[in-house]
Amino acid sequence: MRPISYSRVSDVSTAIGTVAADPGSAFLAGGTTQVDLLRIYVEQPRRLVDINDLPLKQVEELPGGGLRLGGLARMSDVAEHPTVRQRYPMVSESLLLGASPQLRHMASVAGNLMQRVRCTYFRDTEAACNKRAPGTGCSAMDGVNRGHAVLGTSDCCIATHPSDLGVALMALDAVVRTEGPAGQRSIPIDDFYLLPGTTPEREHPLTHGELVTGIDLPPLPVAARSRYIKIRDRESYEFALVAVAIAMSVVDGRIAEIRLALGGLATKPWRARAAERVLDGAPATADSFTRAAEAELAGAVPHGMNAFKIELGKRTIVRALTETAQREESA
Amino acid sequence: MKSPQALQTTPAPDSAVVRGPDEVEVRLRVNGEIRRLSIEPRVSLLDALRDRLDLHGTKKGCNQGACGACTVWVDRRRVLACLTLAISCENREITTIEGLADGDVLHPMQEAFLDADAFQCGYCTPGQIMSAVALLAEGHAGDDEIKEWMSGNLCRCAAYPHIRAAIRRVRDEQGGDRAAH
Repeated sequence: MRPISYSRVSDVSTAIGTVAADPGSAFLAGGTTQVDLLRIYVEQPRRLVDINDLPLKQVEELPGGGLRLGGLARMSDVAEHPTVRQRYPMVSESLLLGASPQLRHMASVAGNLMQRVRCTYFRDTEAACNKRAPGTGCSAMDGVNRGHAVLGTSDCCIATHPSDLGVALMALDAVVRTEGPAGQRSIPIDDFYLLPGTTPEREHPLTHGELVTGIDLPPLPVAARSRYIKIRDRESYEFALVAVAIAMSVVDGRIAEIRLALGGLATKPWRARAAERVLDGAPATADSFTRAAEAELAGAVPHGMNAFKIELGKRTIVRALTETAQREESA
Repeated sequence: MKSPQALQTTPAPDSAVVRGPDEVEVRLRVNGEIRRLSIEPRVSLLDALRDRLDLHGTKKGCNQGACGACTVWVDRRRVLACLTLAISCENREITTIEGLADGDVLHPMQEAFLDADAFQCGYCTPGQIMSAVALLAEGHAGDDEIKEWMSGNLCRCAAYPHIRAAIRRVRDEQGGDRAAH
């Protein structure tokens, strides 16, 4: 790790002003990604501004029935929060199926959204990587890419976005609240994650010094019966090969409401809009579920070792829909 | 919003104070004792404990947050010392495996690990024990929960069945799933 300097701040405007004034500085929250990437020279800020004392740890009710997660609320605290578990179980489940208890105590939910990809070539400073060093190429295209994305890829980058929480937030149409040198903004979660395109180094529409202060979950009754299903190489403490966040209501045998998002398959937490279009109003049958899965993965692009994810993705979507429909019928 | 100029003229009490990158004095409260050390801000809590404070119980396994050997408590929550900067722990309470016993009397979890033969090489054991005691306090110690909630601590000797047996024993001895620590 290169030498760094350190500042600790206790209010939001000072945190933003301090980072904004120094291009070589970065916020330090839980540090679970940042300290790791500092140590392997992938991220190289000269100065860290410790924001852990900022008053952004609350989970608060919003007028109208929504919920605001403070940006610095820890993964473990949000996962165990009674209101989150009751109204948005997919959020709680996505958190508990990620990382380890120790990491969940450390990592903030804002940091979870901002975490960098786990592509081994991104993390290897000897390798070509357009995300880490724009213009150098992508070693993953013909490399060890079993874990890489099949949706939302470009010729420049196929790194999978690793967040589970982000997938649940995509299904919920959450809103990311930020504060920066230009003031406060509310960014729909879908706009908060950028596709790699020709600029994979740019993952979020944030300016330097702009801080994620919170995440707003909108009121959504169907979310009280939502689920998060994660398929991975080992049962715990592992990133997703495929994950599905699902909330669905069935009325008189037809799908009245459907929200579906995918993890492990794409370069950003992926809202399965093609599948939702097939399912909306359709009979809750195996045929609908299969057609929805086929529609969502129709545009998938494999890169050798990760081709299995296309079939695994379809099967996991069908399983999530089938199990949820059964639960709806018996409810 | 303060401008950078405003920051320079009216700094908030604890802000805009830049410490490092050279060594700075850091005060840490470790196992109830205030320790002063001179370290660079980039020094991890793990390295500070082992290399500066001679607390070698906390182990360095992967040094990248994957194995759990460096598990300690900060403000009584189990965390990974390898991904924590020591300087960020000022004003926090750090507990290591050395702080678990009461004098010469081992913590019940330490006794249980001995009794249950819950280790082979022993390298991961301090982290396992710090995690196990925290697990009981967190209330996830049902028979079907322990495996999942201990998954952040790897044991390459695969002593897992005995580790789980030790945890169950302390849980049952202390009545329920909450242990004092």
